[in-house]
Amino acid sequence: MNIDWAALASVFGVSLVVTIALVGLFTLGIIGLAKQVPTAQGGGPSVLARSGAYACFGLCAAAVAYGIYLIVV
Amino acid sequence: MEHITLLLAIVVVTALVFDFTNGFHDTANAMATTISTGALKPKTAVAMSAVLNLVGAFLSVEVAKTISGGIINENGLRTEVIFAALVGAILWNLLTWLVGLPSSSSHALFGGLIGAAVMSAGWSSINGGTVVTKVLLPAIAAPLVAGLAALLATKLTYRINRKITDEAQLKSTAKGYRAGQIASAGLVSLAHGTNDAQKTMGIITLALVTGGVLAPGSNPPVWVIASAGIAIALGTYLGGWRIIRTMGSGLTDLRPPQGFAAQTSAATVILASSHLGFSLSTTQSCSGAVMGAGLGRKGGVVRWSTATRMFVAWGLTLPAAGLIGAGSEFLTKQGPWGVGVVAVLLVAGSAAIWLLSRRKPVDHTNVNAPDDEPAGVVTTAMAAVSPPPIGSAVPDLKTTIPAPAPTAGTPGDPARPATV
Repeated sequence: MNIDWAALASVFGVSLVVTIALVGLFTLGIIGLAKQVPTAQGGGPSVLARSGAYACFGLCAAAVAYGIYLIVV
Repeated sequence: MEHITLLLAIVVVTALVFDFTNGFHDTANAMATTISTGALKPKTAVAMSAVLNLVGAFLSVEVAKTISGGIINENGLRTEVIFAALVGAILWNLLTWLVGLPSSSSHALFGGLIGAAVMSAGWSSINGGTVVTKVLLPAIAAPLVAGLAALLATKLTYRINRKITDEAQLKSTAKGYRAGQIASAGLVSLAHGTNDAQKTMGIITLALVTGGVLAPGSNPPVWVIASAGIAIALGTYLGGWRIIRTMGSGLTDLRPPQGFAAQTSAATVILASSHLGFSLSTTQSCSGAVMGAGLGRKGGVVRWSTATRMFVAWGLTLPAAGLIGAGSEFLTKQGPWGVGVVAVLLVAGSAAIWLLSRRKPVDHTNVNAPDDEPAGVVTTAMAAVSPPPIGSAVPDLKTTIPAPAPTAGTPGDPARPATV
């Protein structure tokens, strides 16, 4: 019996890091967009928040594209 | 496609039926959280998953060369053995669907193959070490990896957005979470179509090779690829609503951020594991991710009674499908009439399970509803008084299926009446 511990460990590590990074990025993105919504305490459109949000979504989209690439190839 | 014998035709049809059950058994993996958090309407979700499954089936060029990944010795495997293995896998898939428990379709297939191969050629046809490394270890690792990732991701996402309290802003973030969830669910569907439809293509191709129709080592013909893709997509579209209910709202109550974290973790684990050469079961990764996300929210709970029943089903998958596979192989060994008997038993068993499922149908209209009720005094009392539906069902099926009764039939379990 030959258990590939290294592969298992790398699956563990990569999954943890990628999941947390993606969820974190995406959350930052949707918060950036949510800040555009005017509230009772003020707030409202800000170019910085919006472009930051789009940058986050862009990175997430790149990750999804890489995922599709992994499935196809 | 010159001389397809009757036996070969039966095997091809059975393989497509397995593919179909695989589809509706595993819809939950991709779509359960999407449906329970309301990101997509149930029918839309299964339609999207079905289309992606179909696309996935055609996407990959790397078609499965072995059906068992080295667990059994496939040289000289007779067509009847493949048939018996499929019967075991199908019946176990249907039975776990009836009780609404997510379990791995691949493990059911492995179990059926092991049982049938042992009955046909003895224990030497099994590679015990590979069973441990390809089935048992991943079964423990998958939910842990996916669960931990989902747990931490859920904590993180709740921490980042804890300052968002305004009503309008919350609405905006909920919309964002739903979109993210749909994207990761799509990835899971696509990966599922590629992996699992290919498995069926591999089986049919292997059967055609053993039957002498195809030359050894040839690629599957187009009709095999197309029919396998269509069978899995149809199964997915039918929707295994019972399993979706368990996974989406039975294990824990998911909110959009949790659903997003769970689905992203599942998609990442599935892709990372198949890419890094340590394949983990889709079903087990998804269930683990859902539980992890459930624990990640403050005040979130996992219904351990449901989770325990699911774990038991995972443990039983290999031996149960193996026993059915071995029994079927015992009959098919007797000659053509045995194959006929097994085919009749398969149809009868499937029909019986389907009829039992009609007693308490679960479909797209009630997939989210009743599980949300907390188990009150009335529910518990009713559960104690009335015999649980599956308890009365088991004796009818005892001849073909090892009873999951000890775990499923506990009358005091308040989650039972709602989930079955």
